[in-house]
Amino acid sequence: MTTTTELMPYDEALARFDPVLGLEVHVELNTVSKMFCGCPTEFGAEPNTQVCPTCLGLPGALPVLNGKAVEAAIRIGLALNCSIAEWCRFARKNYFYPDMPKNFQTSQYDEPIAFDGWTEVTVPNEDGDGEPFRVEIERAHMEEDTGKSLHVGGSTGRIHGADYSLLDYNRAGVPLIEIVTKPVEGAGEKAPEVARAYVAQLRDLLLALGVSDVRMEQGSLRCDVNLSLRPDPSAELGTRSETKNVNSLRSVERAVRYEVTRQAARLSAGDKVVQETRHWHEDTGVTTSGRSKEQAEDYRYFPEPDLVPIAPSREWVEELRGTLPEPPREHRARLQAEWEFSELEMRDVVGAGALSSVEQTVAAGASPQLAKKWWLSELARRANETGVEITALPITPEQVAGVQALVDAGRVNDKLARQVFDGVLAGEGSPEEVVAARGLEVVSDDSALGAAVDRAIEANPDIAAKIRDGKQAAAGALIGAVMKEMRGQADAARVRELILERLS
Amino acid sequence: MGDLTRMSAADLADALGRGEVSSADITQAHLDRIAAVDGDVHAFLHVNAEGALAVARESDARRSAGESRSALDGVPIAVKDVMATRGIPTTCGSRILEGWVPPYDATVVARLRAAGLPILGKTNMDEFAMGSSTEHSAWGPSHNPWDLERIPGGSGGGSSAAVAAYEAPLAIGTDTGGSIRQPAAVTGTIGVKPTYGGVSRYGVIALASSLDQPGPCARSVLDAALLHEVIGGHDPLDSTSIDLPVPPLVEAARSGDLSGVRVGVVTELGGEGYQEGVRARFDESVELMVKAGADVVEVSCPHFRYGLGAYYLILPSEASSNLAKFDAMRYGLRVLPDGVDAPSAEQVMTATRAAGFGDEVKRRIILGTYALSSGYYDAYYGQAQKVRTLISRDFAAAFEQVDVLVSPTAPTTAFKIGEKLDDPLAMYLNDIATIPANLAGVPGISIPNGLAAEDGLPTGLQILAPATADDRLYRVGAAAEALLNASWGGPLLAQAPELVGGRA
Ligand SMILES: [Zn+2]
Repeated sequence: MTTTTELMPYDEALARFDPVLGLEVHVELNTVSKMFCGCPTEFGAEPNTQVCPTCLGLPGALPVLNGKAVEAAIRIGLALNCSIAEWCRFARKNYFYPDMPKNFQTSQYDEPIAFDGWTEVTVPNEDGDGEPFRVEIERAHMEEDTGKSLHVGGSTGRIHGADYSLLDYNRAGVPLIEIVTKPVEGAGEKAPEVARAYVAQLRDLLLALGVSDVRMEQGSLRCDVNLSLRPDPSAELGTRSETKNVNSLRSVERAVRYEVTRQAARLSAGDKVVQETRHWHEDTGVTTSGRSKEQAEDYRYFPEPDLVPIAPSREWVEELRGTLPEPPREHRARLQAEWEFSELEMRDVVGAGALSSVEQTVAAGASPQLAKKWWLSELARRANETGVEITALPITPEQVAGVQALVDAGRVNDKLARQVFDGVLAGEGSPEEVVAARGLEVVSDDSALGAAVDRAIEANPDIAAKIRDGKQAAAGALIGAVMKEMRGQADAARVRELILERLS
Repeated sequence: MGDLTRMSAADLADALGRGEVSSADITQAHLDRIAAVDGDVHAFLHVNAEGALAVARESDARRSAGESRSALDGVPIAVKDVMATRGIPTTCGSRILEGWVPPYDATVVARLRAAGLPILGKTNMDEFAMGSSTEHSAWGPSHNPWDLERIPGGSGGGSSAAVAAYEAPLAIGTDTGGSIRQPAAVTGTIGVKPTYGGVSRYGVIALASSLDQPGPCARSVLDAALLHEVIGGHDPLDSTSIDLPVPPLVEAARSGDLSGVRVGVVTELGGEGYQEGVRARFDESVELMVKAGADVVEVSCPHFRYGLGAYYLILPSEASSNLAKFDAMRYGLRVLPDGVDAPSAEQVMTATRAAGFGDEVKRRIILGTYALSSGYYDAYYGQAQKVRTLISRDFAAAFEQVDVLVSPTAPTTAFKIGEKLDDPLAMYLNDIATIPANLAGVPGISIPNGLAAEDGLPTGLQILAPATADDRLYRVGAAAEALLNASWGGPLLAQAPELVGGRA
């Protein structure tokens, strides 16, 4: 792909056009079994081991609806302030693709389980304060996931041009909820932030609902970004592009920004924006053209005759309403007050996608400031280095709280704590196990430390003299020497006390 | 014991119960009969000799230990090739499934096995149950035992021919628009289409999911009831299965009674378009019922005239989607396109479907694909569903006046093989009287009611009852059967010519 795409600087693009967003988020539910059969849904199993006649689409096999998936769908709908259908059906979406065992996807079409909702996200205003922005929800509907294809050979990683393809049907039939916004208008230059804040909040909400693992890197939360530009907010909606599989919070923001600059350049040059799906390239941060809508398929939707209609009773819906977590805005406000965080601190946490991680770390016993410190510095850095979301790091909030507990107990210092994180992230076990295995515990044993202090004093008579003269600030150099000898595994505060004891 | 193949299932079961005969002997007798006559009849696509005998011996062991799994334990049966049978090849009459051996059993088959019935083999059918003659079987037509140059009806002509030719005392069929009842009528046997949802569709290779219904084929009403009780009842694997106890069908068949029964003759299912001999036998049957104390009135169901049209939109629509799974990716036939070096998945799918499906299947897939297309859906599929509702209302109104409805089962007797093959519409018209029951989901039975004077071939009387009132079919059917048999001095089938192979 060598064709260069003209881009217009973002600020200029925003000065000339008004962006309109649309977000389609697919959420894999964490039900024990699949949508229409009893097969397990666990991620990462050997290919084609979690399959049966139904999810393989064998001739004659029939679907049976998983009630837990309906329950999750209703709770998601309610948490997004949606109306819940009194009666709705599944529909077949017909198209041929090798990873779809039946060559139709059992989905919902014009009768979604949940519709007409909204959620309020927080985006920063000019003064740096958080400001609410309301995102209208069109619908949330149930459908089954497809299998996974691995196209081997060829340059594009797509089916065309591949030497051969491998198919894994373990994912086929895993329950999905698709959440679709109405056109998000009025975000202006903040469109990228709104998009990111919406997906981040949705993820926190789904986590709080306990309905999904929401791991973007494993594909349990997948986002399609639709974007169009128009000359001004009073104009009709422009032609939109649909960027598929934008699978990290950062990418959501970048994809919106990229499409704004790309479409603005086209429109300014007198070209049209083509209605098409586009592929997002995480590595280069650009989108490229996929299938245009002119070639789009006719899905020939019709009501799924193998399933009976769903008619959730109002009593059940109200019962489920009673199980909802606190709404995101209230939740955020409450935590901010409890944690005594500034607006800026809070925004950093939310923006990093670390709200639930910090919350769970606090719940596991760490102080809010220290929980924030680890997640936003040490762990955010590592997530960034490895290119995953913070929540995708192989460490639990409980383990983070465990590391902090070791620091609080004086058993490790901050420097050692970083090595404990290394060990936990490398899969060496719990913080305690890492400390034991790596021998990371600080030495606070006075006899061992005392001997090291004595040697340091002996080796640095000038500094010792300064301290004796009352220049306590000079103690730092001796502490450094002791720490060096102890290879960092000493309690620095205790070392300082021992030095001052001896030299005063 | 006389000829075991001439006995009814009920008599065989009694003899087994009294220890007068073994299941192995009965099964062997039928296998011998198959070997003798099936070269002419071609009712079977696959004979399961070893498997059937093994099950028979198990049944005998049980019986000699004083145990029995069901009323029909040890009575052999033939199964239409539309049913998935674990370990027994299943083709659905299509080349596209050549060589497929299902890894699982249809629920009906599982119930037959659990009840101890040896499965003699798989019976011929029109490809994917599309047809009224078995001429659309990829494996060649079956022949009517009354006249080997004629069709045995369809799609389940193999099952009815097997029963009529004494190759099996019982058989399983499926009825989407008459595929059990019309073959029964033209072969002088009994066929029952239960209430939709009365017998599980799990493992039945779907033609049209909202119309398909498995049911019994037999030579007496009582035998059909015995089999219906074995296969009927709720199945959690079929979402459209009715969660109600099966009404007492055998009891109804044993207590056949017509006195005081209100019988409605459907104005729209008779007269013009019906063969003279069919009309004459029907009128006689009605007179017999009146004499036996039935209260006969004429009932109009005005929307039945739209039934055929609606059926030929709904069926192809659902079929076009149901048959999409036959794509060479996971099982069955795989054809590589000619002259293509490294064919794509799409090209393999196309080549396989082109080679694997017959003309009638392709015709209906094209029709259904068209009817579901965007822009046509409302005019075709949508309208057809409305007609379906109106037909259900016609039934509801009729059943307010009468207990059962009656009509000729098919407008003609068996036609000659090849006679209507080039005229699909003439073929479709054969189902005109049976289709309304499928559209509304109500149960129906066909019993032999004589021979047409002009060709000496059997005609059928159709009895229809309200949904879930299948017992009425058996009560009224058994009474009519007794009257008719008395008028002939024995079963109609006794008048069928002896098959040449059978005399040997
Ligand atoms: Zn499964």
